[in-house]
This record gives sequence, structure tokens and C-alpha cells, in this order.
Amino acid sequence: MTTKLFGEPIVRREDARLIVGRGRYLDDIGHFALGVAFVRSPHANARIIDIDVSGAVDIDGVHAIYTYEDLDGPMAQPLPVLIPHPDLTAPRTGYALANGSVSHVGEPIVMVVADDRYLAEDAAERIAVEYEFRTPVVGVEAAERAEHAVHEDIPDNVAARLVQEFGNVGAALRDAPHTVSFTQTIERSASMPLEGKGVHARWDAVDESLRVYSSTQTSTSVRAAIAIKLDLSVDRVEVIAPDVGGGFGVKIVHPWPEELLVPWAAIRLGREVKWAEDRREHFISSAHERGQLQRITAGYDDEGRLLALDAHILHDHGAYTPYGIVVPIITSTQLLGPYRLANYRCQVDSMYTNTVIVTPYRGAGRPQGCFAMERTMDRIADELGLDRAKVREINLIRADEFPWDHHLMFQDGRPLIYDSGDYPSMLTKLRELVGWEDFEARRAAAAARGRWLGIGMALYVEGTGVGPYEGGHVQVLPSGKVLVSTGLTSQGQGHETAFAQVVAQELGVPIEDIEVHTGDTRRFAYAVGTFASRAAVMSGNAVALAAQAVRAKALRIAAEVLEVDVADLDIVDGVVGVRGDPGAVLPLASIAVLSNPLRYAFDEASKAATQFARFASDEQPPVADDDEPGLEGRDYYSPVRSTFASGAHAVIVEVDPGTCAVTIEKYAVVHDCGRLINPRIVEGQIHGGVAQGVGGALYEVMAYDDMGQLQNASFMDFLMPYVSEVPQRIDIGHQETPSPLNPLGIKGAGEAGVIPGSAAIAAALEDALGIRITQMPLGPSQLFDLIRAAGDGHADHTFNHARRSQEESA
Amino acid sequence: MKPPPFGYAAPCTLEETLGLLAELGHDAKVLAGGQSLIPLLSMRLTAPHTLVDINRIPGLGGISITPKGSVVVGALVRHAELLADESAHSANPLLRRATSQVAHPAIRNRGTTCGSVAHADPSGEMTAILAITGGSVRVASAGGGQRDVSATDFFLGPLESSLRPDELAVSVRFGAPAARTGSAFLELARRRGDYAMCGAAVTVTLDEDGAVSDVRAAYLSVGPVPEVHDLSAAVTGQPYASADWVAAGALAASLVDPEGDLHASADYRRRLVAVLTERALAQAAADAVARTQEAASCL
Repeated sequence: MTTKLFGEPIVRREDARLIVGRGRYLDDIGHFALGVAFVRSPHANARIIDIDVSGAVDIDGVHAIYTYEDLDGPMAQPLPVLIPHPDLTAPRTGYALANGSVSHVGEPIVMVVADDRYLAEDAAERIAVEYEFRTPVVGVEAAERAEHAVHEDIPDNVAARLVQEFGNVGAALRDAPHTVSFTQTIERSASMPLEGKGVHARWDAVDESLRVYSSTQTSTSVRAAIAIKLDLSVDRVEVIAPDVGGGFGVKIVHPWPEELLVPWAAIRLGREVKWAEDRREHFISSAHERGQLQRITAGYDDEGRLLALDAHILHDHGAYTPYGIVVPIITSTQLLGPYRLANYRCQVDSMYTNTVIVTPYRGAGRPQGCFAMERTMDRIADELGLDRAKVREINLIRADEFPWDHHLMFQDGRPLIYDSGDYPSMLTKLRELVGWEDFEARRAAAAARGRWLGIGMALYVEGTGVGPYEGGHVQVLPSGKVLVSTGLTSQGQGHETAFAQVVAQELGVPIEDIEVHTGDTRRFAYAVGTFASRAAVMSGNAVALAAQAVRAKALRIAAEVLEVDVADLDIVDGVVGVRGDPGAVLPLASIAVLSNPLRYAFDEASKAATQFARFASDEQPPVADDDEPGLEGRDYYSPVRSTFASGAHAVIVEVDPGTCAVTIEKYAVVHDCGRLINPRIVEGQIHGGVAQGVGGALYEVMAYDDMGQLQNASFMDFLMPYVSEVPQRIDIGHQETPSPLNPLGIKGAGEAGVIPGSAAIAAALEDALGIRITQMPLGPSQLFDLIRAAGDGHADHTFNHARRSQEESA
Repeated sequence: MKPPPFGYAAPCTLEETLGLLAELGHDAKVLAGGQSLIPLLSMRLTAPHTLVDINRIPGLGGISITPKGSVVVGALVRHAELLADESAHSANPLLRRATSQVAHPAIRNRGTTCGSVAHADPSGEMTAILAITGGSVRVASAGGGQRDVSATDFFLGPLESSLRPDELAVSVRFGAPAARTGSAFLELARRRGDYAMCGAAVTVTLDEDGAVSDVRAAYLSVGPVPEVHDLSAAVTGQPYASADWVAAGALAASLVDPEGDLHASADYRRRLVAVLTERALAQAAADAVARTQEAASCL
């Protein structure tokens, strides 16, 4: 039955191809293209005095060496500020090649084009750059002290000061029965896709057209950027995202310097040119995220009701702000989570530092917001001696209170209104799934074998499916094959499967007949991109609408041919049939033939559509005034605002008192992304997100020294967790509260898994050790330091004892 | 991250290889499994003039057991081969215990045990095992024939051995355990298969009455070379079942002088030395009992 595909956990159609090495990633393209290497800044903050390329120019096989002086027209201008915002008062972006100064280690200064990458690196080594060294600003506290400036004309290092506010926090804090204040930090991490960025460009001088392959999350916008920067008409440029070996946010930023320089050089040299980023380049010249220092004050009543929250956040924005202040906006809005709150003020100071730029990485500011709110809930519970789940419970927005308007503006410039959800039910499910009530018995059993066990939880709400729009195109070919195209890109999420399920369901065709194409401006030129957990919501609904248009046209043609009423027709397995008349059938393939009146026939099938075979009215044109040839449909989905998914994680950790090593004993997730297109894909997204959450909580740091040198810029020392470090089993409970905002009732699922990791694991560690946790991530060496600093008292599980004894007395 | 230009030689005999090494001296670098060398090349941290690939030389493979029970591992034996070898395991179970902790399967399939020792990385498992077993490295050179260098004389510092540029390490010999001796190997890495923050290879020897008579330990990632520490003073004469392994761990911690790095502070490393020693010794004592009983039942 084709109609049961939506919601079924079918196996991902793209996996066989990707797993056996038949994927076509960026570096699989253009083996004979010229190779590129860059001279990148070894200093975090410096003026460039001189660039001497004389040692490299005569090397055999070197085709070109470019510096800023070679850039012309729009290429010589700063890179764009992609998302301007009124509060981004001091935006700064770099240049495609450094113009006189550098603001972080890794900034590109010289581009070398040679026969291959090996030669290009040999030549790059022989280029001498003379610098005037300036004191770098590393870390948000140094940025706040402003003893030194990242950009000379911004002495306070503040890129933006964003304030989100409702109610009267000052008065509410004064009046609150209790207040608690604390400061906490969360470290930097990064998207770290296994395939870095990469660009291949080919200029066709005869056609005067440019084809660019980029490992990007937005091919249409890269196309627009290249056209503008290279002064080309956009119709002369096509951009294709091939198989993208992971994105996680870093590839939504564009145009990267290399995305402009590679096609620019290809045109100048009249040769294919390719650059595939290596791992070191990815660490020091792509983007990071997460780094924040949070100063929080909360007011609450005796039962743990949160009355007011005041958060002052220092956000480490790195050296430039090409992607605007999207991350601060998301942190400051999504911090609210699933809770009701009457008085809120959040000030985010976006600080420049002499480090790699900060742009969204899966979760995009939400893990930090969740960390702030969930740790506040834990603090309130501890101060009052209440159960942490109960404090959360009393603060939750109830199921009958949707839509819930927070009276703030979200990252899409639209009101922050939660469309649907059921948070109390979610919390109840989570407690059951993780065994919240039985935990003390488990803790005691672990203690008996000399291990410390702790439990923690964290809840979140995630705004997903932001606009402005996506489109879909569905075409039935005379062969019966159904082509589906959408402009947004894929980086491994399973779009080929999920979109095919939607179209199979809406059109009534076997999924095997469907072929899905994404991220190719030749096939679909209007699109925004893949980010903000938006692909399923945006393109899912767009291809559904396009499929409905095709279905309507197919039924109209079939009704004419079969001489029946449209209402009596249905499409099953790609064949239009008349209800109650098993003999009257017409395959969609035949309708596709008939939909396109022909003069010429090249095969048996097309004869049916030629001018002497058709028995149409002599008085009607072969294609009616309001019709088009072909069985195809195109439509767009543009939401009024974002839809809000939600979830809750709980984790049990075990700490070895001898080695301070942490093991995750249990990880439970309750997840609500509205209607599920494919539960298997959603669970896969959760698994991957949890893995990155664990990475952020226990392993990953960007170890900058005071000089702005990244000391762990390799997979040997940047500890992205292996499969052996992530939970071997993740217990998942689904909850479906359909979104009223879109036809399919779906919400995004891509980022959810990563959001509560640090908050939940911090809570569990705190519970296990009886030591206040105010920084994440934490490895065993840091835990050893914390335990030692706390003295002998920690093993008494101070907080737990307080909590338990008060519960017992209550 | 592409290697700088380098020459490549693939000699087919040992004589040819030793001739090349004698001729090229410091300009040559031997390529066996390449698991350390190739990343160093790609990061341009080393730039040898010529790689001398020894993979085609016959006679450098193979694992053999000497009459006295030492395990001799040829230069082209991969970690995976040693890991799977039953004769080596029965001769000295410590080898498998340690080899199983070397990196990841893909690296064990390619990397060589002898190369790992020759690399002299104090974070390597097999350097510590060579040290604690009182093993040696057999080196060959064009002019000097072959000679055996004891572990003590072989390791000079981090990534520094007494192997001369004209010499090739053709095999390593891991010494046989003494009678009534058990062993254990424990390490803790940030991620499974990473270089350990600390690792401990230990042996416990019991006397005929089941009392502890000798305790030794060698460590990974703790000092510049894999030193062997005699911890007997803490527990000698104590019955194995109630021996004060905590005291032995504390003694070990007082003998080492580790350095801190990004992943583990010096103090934390010292804590790991104490804890891993204590735990490994308890395991090794149980192993000693089991082996003693096994030996008795064979008589």
C-alpha cells in the first residue's frame, strides 16, 4: 500500500550508496583540477607589514599566487554581513584575503594555485609574511576588560548588546521570597563534519558560464553571493551541493573566502580549480560555537515557582560577525524553555575575541540557553530541598495553554509563540523512562560497589522550521519515474527518504519510482537552505503541496480520458483507478504522456500523445489556456512563524572515585516533533544529537592559549567522542503534538538531540559528586581537581542529603 | 596536510636495506606500518629525504618463542598478529593484555609492534611492556652485524632511542615471566584507543607459600622513558589475598614524576598511577595464583 508510507520507519534509501563508498563528496569531484593551498595567519592579532612571494613564484607547477592586492571590484570589499540586525551595532567581517591585518590564527592571507595540493603546500611554505604583532584578546572576560581591542575602532570589543525583556525583572526580584545568583561557563566546540568545506569551480569560456560545486548547506545563496562578488549575472552561475559529508551548521555560513576565491581563480586561469579543506584548516579557519559566560539571578517562591529571571551573558563571538547575532538571539529566546515566566530580562553582550568566528553549530545557542534555565531549576530545587522534577513540573506551561505567547521576537523576526505541545505529559514520560522514582535504590547499589551514581534531567523547547520559504517540484515522467526536487541541500539527514515518503503518500505512487534531488540550482533555483531544523517542515510541506498539484492534474486528465467524475478516482501504486470499477485504470505514466501533446513520437508510448492519435475537441487548443504541458507541479511553503518542538532528556552517570572517570549508565529521551514522517530517521537524528551533546558535556574543548593559538587542532587532541564514548543505548519515547501551522503537522527534529546534553549531564555529575558544577565540559582531570578542592565533604552528597532529608520531613 | 617531497626506496633484502641506511644516514627514515610516521609527514613535522620501506624484506616477519620462554617479534609483525598469536599468549599473557589496548583495530592491522618500540613513544603500550619484561631490541647494521640492546639502554627519551641512523630494529624480544608470576595491564585514556593518560603494566611474583615476593610496575605516559619501578618494599611477605596494594600504589605515586598536558594534570596522573597500580596489582596477584596452579597441574 503506497498510502501508508508517511510515518513508517522505512530504511533510509541513501544509506546503501553512502555506506559502500558510492557517495560523491566534494573531493570526489575534479581529480584533474588545479589544487589550492593558503598561507594562513600564524598570529591571532597582527598587522601585515610585508608579503614576500619571491621564494615561491618560480616553482615548477605553480600557476598563481594571489594576495589582497590582486582582488578587484566587489572581491576587494569586506565579506558580507549576512544577517544584519539593529542591535549589531559594530559588525565586522574579514576579507577574502587579509587586507593589511589579521584577527585570528588561520585567517587566509595568500592563495597559491598549483598543479596539485602537494605542490601548492610546498610553495606556500616558501612565502614569507612579516607581521607586527599585537596583543591578542582571548576569552570573553579579557574581551570585557577591554585592555586590548580586537578591532582598533571597537575599543570595548562589543559587537552587539542584545536585550530581550518582558515584565519587570527588577521589581519581581525585589519582591521574590527567595533569590539565587550564580555564574557559569560553557566551552567552545564546533560542528566538525567529517568532510570539511570544499569548492570546485569550472569556467566555460565559450558558454560564459560558471559551474561551482560547494560542500554547502545553501547552494542558492552561495550562487547569489558568487554572482554578486564576481560581478556575474546570476543566470551564468550554477551551484551544486554534491553529497555533503556533514554540515551541522558550519556550512550554512557563506560565502566563505574560498567559495569566492576558487571560482574567481578558475575564471582568471581558465582552468578547473579545487580546494578541499584539511582538518587543521577546519579547526583554525572555519567556525566554532557555544562559548558563553552566564551570570544569572532568579527569584522564586516557596514552592519553587520561578518568578523572575535575569541573565547577563557574555557571548564569545570570535573575530568577526558574518552570520550576525543569530546565536545570541536564539540563546536569549530559547532560554525560556517549556516554562511560564512573567518577568524576564536577558542581556547578551556579543564580544569580539581574537579567535575563529562563532556561527551556529547544531543547537545554535540553545544548548547554552538550556544550560542557563535548567541549571536554574536545579538550583531552586537544591535551595528549597525539593525534587528537581517537581520544581520543573510546577513551572511548566500547561497543555491547554497553547498558543503561548512569550512577547519576544524570535530569530526569524517573528513573534515567539509556541504553537503546540504537552510538556507535563513529556515530563511524566521521562520520569518513567529513566526510572526517576527508583533512582535512590540504584544509587545505593552503586555505592555498595564503590561507585558514585547521579541523575539529572533537562527540558527544552526548540523553535524549528523558520521561514521565509522553501519550494518543491514534482514531475511524473512518461516512464513513470517521479522526480522530486527541492532547493535546500542535504548533508546526510535522509532527505531522499523522507521527501520520497511524503510524495509517495500525497501522490499515491510506489516509493521506488521516486527520485529526490536537492541543493542543485539547475533543478530548483529558489531556496533558503538547510539549518534551524527546517528541512522537513519547509521542504516537506512544499513537496507535499507540489505533489497535491500533480495529483489534481493527473485526476483531471484521467477523468477526461476515462469519462468519469474526478471524485470517483483514486491513485494507488501509481495507477489511477475508478472506485467500484476494477477494469477502468490509467497509469500515471500514461497520463504523463497524454499531458504533453506531441508532434513527434520517438517510441511506442509517445505515439499516444501525437497529433493524429489524440481525439481532442477541434475547438480546443491542444494545451488549454489555463494549462501547461507535462505532468508536474511546483509549489512553495512559507510559514507565518516557526513551529516549536520540545523534548526532555534524563541521564544517569557513574563516577569512578579512584580515576574520576565518568560512564553514562542510562540516557533517556522524550521527544516531540509533531507528526513523524519517519521514526527511524528521527531516532537517528536523536542518536547523533545525543552523541554531540555528550561530546560537548564531557570531551570537547577548544584549547586556546593566551596567545590565541589553538593547541588541540587535530582529532588526536580535540576529543570528539567515538562510538565507544556515547551511550550504547538511548531510550527514546516519542510524543506527537501536531503543529497547527503547517499542512503536515510536523516540527523540526534535526538539532534537538544535542540541546540538553550539557545541562542534564552537569546535573547528574553534581548529583553524583555533591559538588556544584558551574562549567562544562568536564573531563576526569578537572573532576579530580574539583573533588580535591571540595575536600572530604563531597562524598557525603551534601545536596542530595539535604534534598532527601527535606523530602522525608515534608 | 600533505607531505613534503620525499624519496622512496623499497629494498628487497636486508643487506640492501642496511646498505641504504648506512649510505643515507640521517636522511633516511624507515617505513614499516607507518601509523606514526605518515601523520607526522602529513603535518610536515618531519621531512626525511628518503623513506626506506622495509615491507618487502623476507625474514622480518614471524613470532617465535625461545626455549626460555621469551617472545621474539619480527619487524614486520603487526599488532593484530601478535594479539591473535596463541603461542605468544601462552608464553606471556601480558602481551595480549597490552596489545589489545593499542589504538584501534585499523591501526593494529597496519602498525607493527617492533616499529612501535623503535618509535620510543613513552605513551606507547609496547615500550612499557618491553621494559617490564626486561626485553631487548635486536638491531642490525651494515658494518656491525647484529646486537641486542636492552630496554634500559634502548630508550633515551621521548621519541628518542639509542638506535643509530644506520641501524634497523629487526626484532624485539619480550622476556619470559618468572615462575609464580602474574601480570596485569590497565590504562585509562580519554577515549577508548587514544594515547593513555596513564597506563600500568605490573607483575606480581609469589613465593611458594603464596606470599608476595616481588612486585614491579612500568607506566605509560608518566615519564620520558618507560621506567620500571620495584614496588616490593610495600608488600613483600604479605599474603597475596590481603596484601596492601593501596600502599604499593602510594609507593608508586611517590616514585613517579609525571608532567601535565591538555588532558591530564600532573597531579591527576599521579593519582592514576596510584589507583591503576593498586587495581592492576590485585589482578596480577590473582593471575599469579592461577598460573601457579596451572603450572602445578601440568606436572
